[in-house]
Amino acid sequence: MSEQPIFPPTKIRKTPEDVMIELRNVNLTIGDQRILQDIDMIVNRNFSMAILGNSGAGKSTILKLILGLMKPDSGEVFVDGEEISSYTEDEMLIVRQKLGMVFQESALFDSLTVQENVGYVLYERSGLSESEIRERVLELLTLVEIEEMIDKMPGELSGGQRRRVAIARAMAASPEIILYDEPTAGLDPVTSNTIIKQMMKLRDLRGVTSILVTHKLEDAFRMAYNVVERDHEGIKMVKDTTGRRLEETRFFMIREGEKVFEGNANEFRASHNENVQEFLSMSMI
Amino acid sequence: MDEIIAKIKAWVAEVQDFFYLCVHTLHATFTRPRFPNEVFLQMDTIGVGSINIVVLTGLFTGMVLALQTALSLETFGAKNYVGRVVSLSMVRELGPVLTALMVAGRMGSGIAAELGSMVVTDQVNAMRAMGSDPIRKLVVPRMLAGLLMMPALTIFSDTIGLIGGWLVSVVILNLPGDLYFTSSIDALSLSDIVSGLIKPFVFGYIIAMVGCYMGLSTTGGTQGVGRSTTQSVVICSVLVLASDFLLTRLFFTFLIK
Repeated sequence: MSEQPIFPPTKIRKTPEDVMIELRNVNLTIGDQRILQDIDMIVNRNFSMAILGNSGAGKSTILKLILGLMKPDSGEVFVDGEEISSYTEDEMLIVRQKLGMVFQESALFDSLTVQENVGYVLYERSGLSESEIRERVLELLTLVEIEEMIDKMPGELSGGQRRRVAIARAMAASPEIILYDEPTAGLDPVTSNTIIKQMMKLRDLRGVTSILVTHKLEDAFRMAYNVVERDHEGIKMVKDTTGRRLEETRFFMIREGEKVFEGNANEFRASHNENVQEFLSMSMI
Repeated sequence: MDEIIAKIKAWVAEVQDFFYLCVHTLHATFTRPRFPNEVFLQMDTIGVGSINIVVLTGLFTGMVLALQTALSLETFGAKNYVGRVVSLSMVRELGPVLTALMVAGRMGSGIAAELGSMVVTDQVNAMRAMGSDPIRKLVVPRMLAGLLMMPALTIFSDTIGLIGGWLVSVVILNLPGDLYFTSSIDALSLSDIVSGLIKPFVFGYIIAMVGCYMGLSTTGGTQGVGRSTTQSVVICSVLVLASDFLLTRLFFTFLIK
């Protein structure tokens, strides 16, 4: 009889401390359609990653892999040092507490009020009293500047307000990473700008690692060249003159499941890759 | 030929998925965390919300039963047996089955539509992303509500059916009212009542689980929600009738001698 190890082999595999999310050689095929092919991606702690590409390029799938809502056919997915692609649903429920997700079209619960939506995880797990939850929800809603909507139903909100509620909901458990799936899709430019500002607030004032999936290039550029500051007049968005945000905002472009570019915003603009060029010229019109 | 094989394979895979969901739900029912508030909420929507249609179904079924049987019984001079026939048919068959069919239309479609739209708008994924299990949060409460409320609704429907039969007997057939009740109560044995109350448990379980399965396996946007909803009602109704046959056969073998 072979000797049994006393402790089962641990599933935790270390990656360097500053790596928050890592995809290694990830492949995914659904039916006979190849969704992702040999994707390698690293997102560092407190960095932002903008995943760019046309509709159907596989951008949202990457977020679903990170959340463990889908499993890759091959390759590894690391979240904060844990390799999650072999995790069961029960194990994933714990990993997901580190992650916040803002879904495309918000995905608010129709049958719950704004307070119940934003406080969902608090009702589930925190053991806080009703009034403590309300206070916390109010604080989150104030951060995204829609505190007056606390008792409304999601159906009564506009598209922009729904996105803000979704951002507040993703923040409720104070996650270290927030994933945004097309947070500005279908919004007018002014509202889009305010949504991006909310995201930058979380990044610059709370140190949240962000992964932004978008087909709007201007959203990604805004995150790379600007910074949100708090001064005596309040919170405002200003040009980042230090160049730090430029370095900490990575651009990652995929096309038909394959990586075609990775680098910072300036490198993206200067890239001679024909896909990048095409994307740039289409976005600037 | 290949197409037929592919279809059969897809069908087998669906049945497998369905049983997988049933097993998971069973496991989730007996382990923590539980959501009692959700269960009460579903019992209210599924149970209390269905009382109207169940009362109406029961009433008219009882009334028409009395009318129809009186006509045939009269030719044998056995009109006094109306109560007997109404109560036996109501309690054994029509009460459970017609209630289940009505509830299948209401709750099977309702569950499939609600869960289906939650799936296509990513609300189910949002739930998973926030660390709660949709099976515990959505499926278990509906299953328990179906299981508990169906028998209650059936008892309701049976009783109202008996009253409907009594109304027709007294008002239209001119039978003495007390005779109707004594003959209807006398006709029932314990095994009739037991078999009439086991059936709705099974039906309630089937309707809730099929509704949840169809809802959670929805794909293809709002159009998909429509498809799941219709399919859910069709499958629920067929399964209710098929399992009714099997259960009746089973009861006749073991319970009613």
